[in-house]
Amino acid sequence: MKSVVITFPGSNCDRDMHVALTKFGFKNQMVWHNDNELPKSDLVVLPGGFSYGDYLRCGSMASKSKIMQSVINFAKSGGLVMGICNGFQILVESGLVPGVLLRNKYLEFICKNVFVKIDNKDNPYFKNLDKEVFELHIAHNEGNYFCTNDQLKEIQDNNQVAIYYCNDNGKTEEKFNPNGSLKNIAGIFNKEKNVLGMMPHPERMIDQSLSGEDGSLFFKNLINNIK
Amino acid sequence: MKVSAIITLKKDVLDPQGKVIHQTLDGMGFKDVNEVRQGKYFEIDVKENDPKKAQKIVEDMCNKLLANLVIENYKIIEIQ
Repeated sequence: MKSVVITFPGSNCDRDMHVALTKFGFKNQMVWHNDNELPKSDLVVLPGGFSYGDYLRCGSMASKSKIMQSVINFAKSGGLVMGICNGFQILVESGLVPGVLLRNKYLEFICKNVFVKIDNKDNPYFKNLDKEVFELHIAHNEGNYFCTNDQLKEIQDNNQVAIYYCNDNGKTEEKFNPNGSLKNIAGIFNKEKNVLGMMPHPERMIDQSLSGEDGSLFFKNLINNIK
Repeated sequence: MKVSAIITLKKDVLDPQGKVIHQTLDGMGFKDVNEVRQGKYFEIDVKENDPKKAQKIVEDMCNKLLANLVIENYKIIEIQ
């Protein structure tokens, strides 16, 4: 299985993502944001970081970079595109997933482990996972998901919420919401479920001795789903 | 022509920075404040001498990059 990680100026989770994808069997290629053509692959990842210094709005500049037209075409043709953290911000700015990511409610950069609950397994990312609650890491300043009421209705009607912030038992109450995100939303899909944007970093949870293994479960399952 | 545009958050969008500025102003003794909303201001010098055309160019920029219309509104405030 082939994957591509796009590196934007200011990306800083691109190599971590490369390590994670390679560890679980992907043949990964790094692609520079200024390239025109996306190499043939089964998965494209927009990594975390601070592309273009978060100028204007997080992800707004990166969403207009040269490679993004190919990424958008790939996504529109049904290809799997995953955006993590700043990658999620780039996805919303490019219009591939609905909504926006605002500044965290209490104006703090949040860097900690959180629990997230998978809401919908009827998609290539989460199908066949045998648990619902995952411990993953978040590190962001703008992860406060927001969308209009009309968009929210559409997202809910189409089961586009991918994951919610919750506690270790999977309770998705407001007190387990780290950043003020609408309805505790931590990640969403596009309508077709081939594009996934989420704030938590699965690539930071792939080593028992360093962090945890819930990211490993995600990547192992993902490559099996794609095969 | 120089075109000035301001971008503001829509009414129902939470503005935590504006809230903190409000609280700080309150703490400094400015007690007559109802609300503070923070926005962005752009001055764009475009290679166009017709004011209407210049305005259109900057509006196009606002629609495509400078503002995110899910949460923000823009307004051209000056053309000179």
